[in-house]
Amino acid sequence: MKYKSQKVAYWFFALSMVLLILQIVYGFIMAFAHAGYDGLHEIIPFNTATATHKNLLVVWLLSGFMGAAYYIIPEESQRELVSVPLAKLQFWALAIVGVVAVAGFHVGWWEGRKFLEIPRFLDYLVVVDILLFLGIIFVTIFKGKEKTTTEMVLAMGLFFAALLYLPGMIWFDNQSVDSFFRWWVVHLWVEGVWELIMGGILAFLLIKLTGVDRELIEKWLYVIVGLTFLSGILGTGHHYYYIGVPEYWLMIGGIFSALEPLAFLGMALFAFAMYRKGEKNHPNKTALYWTLGAAIMSFAGAGLLGIAHTIPSVNMWTHGTLITAMHGHMAFWGAYAMMVFAIISYAMPLMTGRKLYNTAGSSYAFWLSNIGMIGMTTAFATAGVAQVYLERKVGMSFMEAQMAIEVHFWVLIASATLFTIGIIYYVINFFQHGMPTDEALVENID
Amino acid sequence: MLSKNQAKLFFLGGTVVFFLIFLVLSAHTLSSGIPKKTHSENVTAEVAAGKVLFDENNCMGCHTILGEGAYYAPELTKVMDRRGEGFVKAVLSSKTPWTTTGRKMVAYDFTEEEVSNLIAFFTWIGQMDLNGFPPEPDLKK
Repeated sequence: MKYKSQKVAYWFFALSMVLLILQIVYGFIMAFAHAGYDGLHEIIPFNTATATHKNLLVVWLLSGFMGAAYYIIPEESQRELVSVPLAKLQFWALAIVGVVAVAGFHVGWWEGRKFLEIPRFLDYLVVVDILLFLGIIFVTIFKGKEKTTTEMVLAMGLFFAALLYLPGMIWFDNQSVDSFFRWWVVHLWVEGVWELIMGGILAFLLIKLTGVDRELIEKWLYVIVGLTFLSGILGTGHHYYYIGVPEYWLMIGGIFSALEPLAFLGMALFAFAMYRKGEKNHPNKTALYWTLGAAIMSFAGAGLLGIAHTIPSVNMWTHGTLITAMHGHMAFWGAYAMMVFAIISYAMPLMTGRKLYNTAGSSYAFWLSNIGMIGMTTAFATAGVAQVYLERKVGMSFMEAQMAIEVHFWVLIASATLFTIGIIYYVINFFQHGMPTDEALVENID
Repeated sequence: MLSKNQAKLFFLGGTVVFFLIFLVLSAHTLSSGIPKKTHSENVTAEVAAGKVLFDENNCMGCHTILGEGAYYAPELTKVMDRRGEGFVKAVLSSKTPWTTTGRKMVAYDFTEEEVSNLIAFFTWIGQMDLNGFPPEPDLKK
């Protein structure tokens, strides 16, 4: 750790860990309900569980991204953050909005719009919080000695993520228009600007972990984020096929969705090429595992499983089925959760001075969570394919088909248990590091 | 070999070009595409009130509509054709959790006016041209 103000990242990472555990709890509630055991229906009906599960994901990932930015930007700009008290205020505002939103979902305070269930009043507070965050980041960059490509890509990602939140706050009477703009937020986040954030964090970690020349890494960073937007912007079309829009979206969405895996393939090849080229033998292998793992799992989950069902003639049958859950789980895990884990694994030993990497626990965390996630994805895939066949092709009623595929949710629960054990290992390792300390400054190494 | 500046140009140029194309297509879709395909002239006050209820109660948290939502309860796009008004009314005005199909639905106990607004909303949704969605089961005997 080179700057004292980087320590503020710890609070955001800690919040991420707590919210992730809570997200998993709600995931289990949903999985048991799918398997036929909805004993909590009176207190936590399925729509409450799903709103909580999805929004906790968004908030813990955003908290992780913010922590990553507070850690990376001072080091890249070569100066302290402009204001640590304001960063702490921004942290508490984020935490309070998150807690109020989740509590609100349990008393019906929400909007029924997938991923954007946070009610309008809280949306305004989110905007204020994000503006404060962006202010701290951009003023720090502006006053910094260096303006590196890595930090600019990361900051651009954060800025456009905030900007794209706005279309989701407009009210429309027409369900199709409402959906049209909802995807401006959700798709252009996860298959657009969040990939800038992911790319920025990846580039920072590769520079630190492999020792490869910054110029080379940043050149390829441009190519990868270029490919992301080249395919991802018009790739939004795959969400539009069947929601009441002109037919040309079928062709446009189909073509550009087919190109989307290229960006993820590029990212995976890039990460491995830099790893092989690097001569620096960084001791934190755990951070390297999560970094390379994120590149591979995002290609598999977001890239390959994405194209598996975004071809229009396939999507006609799979649209609105568990096939989407198959893609969604591994995509979010590989592209974003693992990247947040990578930066946390890298930063925690440097902020606390405790080198708790390469332990048995950190290995269990990596392998169990990844094997568990592959099992979960397979369970969703099997259930989804069976659902499509029984309901969409053979014409069984929705509930008859659901009863027939219940067994796959036991496989999901078993895999999710493995996944959860891995996550618990990770969270324990995180808190074992203790609090960040100024004493870690003397170990001024990467 | 590609230089860093060329790579930067590829990123910025590509992003601007494709975003502009996206904006033009979006403008056309919103101005004439969606109004035609969804018969937006049929969005009456009742339909709009139905949508408010649909959102306020997070129906999408269990059901899907236009194929979007959660995957826990039936797709509602063609629910009026599939089930008919009487069945839908009975479900929406039930005072106890609807369980006849195997999973529990929250007992919303909607008023007559609210039920009629939701039915207007579902009827309007069911008449949209969705490029062939939901497809007819082609293996049904």
